Amino acid sequence: MADFNVNLRDVGNVSIIDVKGYLDAHTAPELENVFNKLLDGKQFKVVVNFNDLKYISSAGLGVFMAYVETMRENKGDIKFSNMKESVYNIFDLLGFPILYEFYKEELEAIQKFNLQGQA
Amino acid sequence: MNYTNKKIEKELVVKSTTDNLALIRSFTKKAAEESGFADETIGKIILAVDEACTNIIKHAYNFSPDGKITISIKFDSSKFSISITDEGIHFNPNSVPEPNIIEYYKQKKVGGLGIYLIRKLMDEVKYSTLTGNKNQVVLVKYLPR
Repeated sequence: MADFNVNLRDVGNVSIIDVKGYLDAHTAPELENVFNKLLDGKQFKVVVNFNDLKYISSAGLGVFMAYVETMRENKGDIKFSNMKESVYNIFDLLGFPILYEFYKEELEAIQKFNLQGQA
Repeated sequence: MNYTNKKIEKELVVKSTTDNLALIRSFTKKAAEESGFADETIGKIILAVDEACTNIIKHAYNFSPDGKITISIKFDSSKFSISITDEGIHFNPNSVPEPNIIEYYKQKKVGGLGIYLIRKLMDEVKYSTLTGNKNQVVLVKYLPR
């Protein structure tokens, strides 16, 4: 069932992961594959664009938990953008805003990486 | 409220595979919509049922695809009750502590969030062991008066 789609693209030296549809225990491995691909390519600056994501369960949240520290250890990060309120509420319920940066627009997240790069 | 006076009952029986989660969610959604909840509450119920079934697939059946999961929904004008039964390995959800997101981060832990979410999303959560080595979790959401 094609109820989840993940696409990877680059904007400058930042990788953007577009997630679409339903992210659950069945589809989370597809997202893990993308993160593994990024690690293989030593790409640690990541923005996840949630614009087309309709649903997330803890299996999806667990993927970000599993990879974020590796990204940070390598001077990168996983930042989130374009999240619907219903999806954000789940992240909020688990306290993710303490540990992750959320941006309204993808561009703001990219600019934050670029600013950090200059520092 | 007498339990035998429930107006509506629905049941779904599926095998313990993650590709059934979409079916489980649409079954839950349809029933929750019929009961008249607001969209936001319907979303919470769907997620709680998904989390409970995901835990069964992962922990009770250890990803073996031949396990049976029975989801029974009963509701009337006052409450919406979902009973989820499996025949897998029993585990005690009370032994799972409330997660501290910062500790999780430090320990690179990724699991255990589901049980916590279920407790946050529903009004009542009750785990029990039935005869015949069955495990049951009953999730309840009260309907607004």
